[in-house]
Amino acid sequence: MFPFCFEWVWDAGHLLFFGGFWFAISILGAGMTWCILKALYETIYCDGSDNHH
Amino acid sequence: MKQNNKQAHKFGMVIDLDKCTGCGSCMVACMSENNVPVKEDESDKKDSITWMRVYKLNNNKPFPETEICYLPRPCQHCSGKGDHGHSPCVSVCPATATDYDYSTGIVSQIYTRCFGCRYCMGACPYHARYFNWWDPKWPDGMESYLSPNVSPRMRGVVEKCSFCFHRYQLAKEQVYYDGEERIEDEAAYQTACTQACPAGAIVFGDLNNPDHQVTQIVKPNPHPEHDNHDVVGKSRNPKVFRLLERLGTNTKIYYMSERKWVRKLGDNYLDGEWEKADNHHGSSHG
Amino acid sequence: MDSALIPEGVKRCSFPKFFIGIAIVGAVVLWGVYGMLVCWLKGLNVTGMDDYYGFALWIWADLAVIALGGGAFFTGLLKYIFKVDELKNIINFVVILGFVCYASALLILAIDIGQPLRGWFIFWHANVHSMLTEVAFCLSCYFAVLTIEFIPNILENRQLDKVPFFHNLSHNMHGVMAIFAATGAFLSFFHQGSLGGVAGVLYGRPFAYREGLLVWPWTFFLFTWSAAAFGPCFSMVVLRITEAVTKKKLVKDNVIHLLAKISGWMITTYIIAKIIDTIYWATVTAPSMGLKMSFFFTGEGNGPYNYLILITEIFLCGVVPGLLLIVKSTRENPTTRLIAIILGAIGVSLNRWVMVLQVMAVPVMPFDKWALYMPTWPEIATTILPVAGGIIVISLAYRYLPVFPQEKELNEVTVE
Ligand code: SF4
Ligand code: SF4
Repeated sequence: MFPFCFEWVWDAGHLLFFGGFWFAISILGAGMTWCILKALYETIYCDGSDNHH
Repeated sequence: MKQNNKQAHKFGMVIDLDKCTGCGSCMVACMSENNVPVKEDESDKKDSITWMRVYKLNNNKPFPETEICYLPRPCQHCSGKGDHGHSPCVSVCPATATDYDYSTGIVSQIYTRCFGCRYCMGACPYHARYFNWWDPKWPDGMESYLSPNVSPRMRGVVEKCSFCFHRYQLAKEQVYYDGEERIEDEAAYQTACTQACPAGAIVFGDLNNPDHQVTQIVKPNPHPEHDNHDVVGKSRNPKVFRLLERLGTNTKIYYMSERKWVRKLGDNYLDGEWEKADNHHGSSHG
Repeated sequence: MDSALIPEGVKRCSFPKFFIGIAIVGAVVLWGVYGMLVCWLKGLNVTGMDDYYGFALWIWADLAVIALGGGAFFTGLLKYIFKVDELKNIINFVVILGFVCYASALLILAIDIGQPLRGWFIFWHANVHSMLTEVAFCLSCYFAVLTIEFIPNILENRQLDKVPFFHNLSHNMHGVMAIFAATGAFLSFFHQGSLGGVAGVLYGRPFAYREGLLVWPWTFFLFTWSAAAFGPCFSMVVLRITEAVTKKKLVKDNVIHLLAKISGWMITTYIIAKIIDTIYWATVTAPSMGLKMSFFFTGEGNGPYNYLILITEIFLCGVVPGLLLIVKSTRENPTTRLIAIILGAIGVSLNRWVMVLQVMAVPVMPFDKWALYMPTWPEIATTILPVAGGIIVISLAYRYLPVFPQEKELNEVTVE
């Protein structure tokens, strides 16, 4: 899973597989972080009034 | 260390089915050598552990032509398609808990790594893999007879024949102690089943070592077969065959028999294919 | 009693009635949990599996619920990437259904493995060449995607929505949902496929083995395709059940017709590919291993595995629903459509059964025998457990969340 696990090899199989995996995880992580931070910002600074609908 | 390396061993076996009497000594020797637990009720064989299992074959003919043959089946230590080490079971294990050792050709099983998904069992056409459905138990007092060289297995993991790998390790230590480089002497490393067989039906050794008896009997062809490139190491002895050879599993257990019907039971053939295969084998090398 | 939680403008049954319903299903859940504890504490010797049958009911259930839950990724793909906007009226529901299916699969896997506490080894010590590794990674990631897709719907609950942070969060998540859905579709392609690969790569098992493209056997593509084709069928079946239980129309017909039409074409194209695959396997792959097709269906001691199962899978539960859903008149007729979607859901489950259970049953060594298997009660209880759990999740979601945007319009609450 990580390059420091002893079965890790720097070959095409590992790079493609874990490349895809970490890529997907990053998108999900970054997307959620962005949503949460933005929501926090809006909640704190936009006086709680409904500006969406 | 890849297998084509001159230094690499390729341990294998040839079992003479015409000598085997079906006595089961190999099974018993294997169980006690490798600390295989005993179930409370051993009558249901489908979930008991027998690394070495003797099958009973028959020629399906009515009396008086009935003939039977016993076929001992350890793990076949498959080298996989094209002899690349991708055994059916090794290539599917998601946790790298079973591995192909290129320096010996032995398929290992790491008990503390296996989490019991049983995918490898589904992949093995020889049913050489056994799951620990129960906690390991031995009859009272038998624990003190367990071998200290082999770790017992816990419930929920898969196990199988290891070619008595601990004996290989001991042999290696001895060789190192003697100041030699590698195991050359055939007798230095033998499996428990080989030694236990009263009929001398099992011959074990290094298929990469031309001095070893197993190599002399099997005469493995190091090149891929013309009609099936997945198959490597086919025997050039017409009396010797491997189980399910055409699947390309490239097993390292060879079987030997004078009897045609026994050899035919080694693989699946469409109508007419067997005669061709047998004649071809016989004519070109016999 | 709980009226403050119920979405505005819709009608729900009384709380005691709801509670009794949940309690009945809850009893089934408890039975399942008991079975699960028995498996964990006593070990897998309580199951009907043995060394010939290491993969059985559970693995089938896993493959089946994931195929049936495939409606979630495919509908998401159509809605967010191909912008088929009508599907917004059903997307919440299929997401919940997908969530339930994937949660079930993960739970069943946790019971199925011999050493559940070592389950994480599959990630930590991953063998990237194993199809099961690919399944585990994509499945868990996609479960995360489904959770993310489900959250905004939960946050739209009347009380939760009053909290400004939740309100903003749900709005923001809607904004980037297309990205999540695209990631989900990517992950789904691989795990649906690798579930097919699980059987297809077994070159020691002539019944399962298939040639393929690069590292993927043909079953890889067939499984993805069939999940996309039959998943929506199952979504429609469950929707139909929900409508029957609630005695309400929840989604407009045009939405259903559209989904049914897409599903129909997917099924038809899939089944053509499946027929080609079967013919190729029967005439080239299996004979190259020395086996005739008839051996797999008429061999001595083959138990229930005869040609009937093949014909049922391909014709009755493949070709028939495909055609029924393509033809406009049968697609728009509620009865024939219902028949088609039920057959479809059965067909894909049957395919998964064959690709797991029959694979294990067929002997490979010429002197070996067919292996047959009967599940025991702990296996059955733990397989029903997630179904019951799913019913509870869907009921709760339906009661407290605005799952169906068209519900209000279709069921004007009349003031008496
Ligand atoms: S015989 Fe079975 S367990 Fe042994 S190496 Fe071959 S596939 Fe693996
Ligand atoms: S049962 Fe163990 S050895 Fe076999 S595939 Fe699963 S983790 Fe690997």
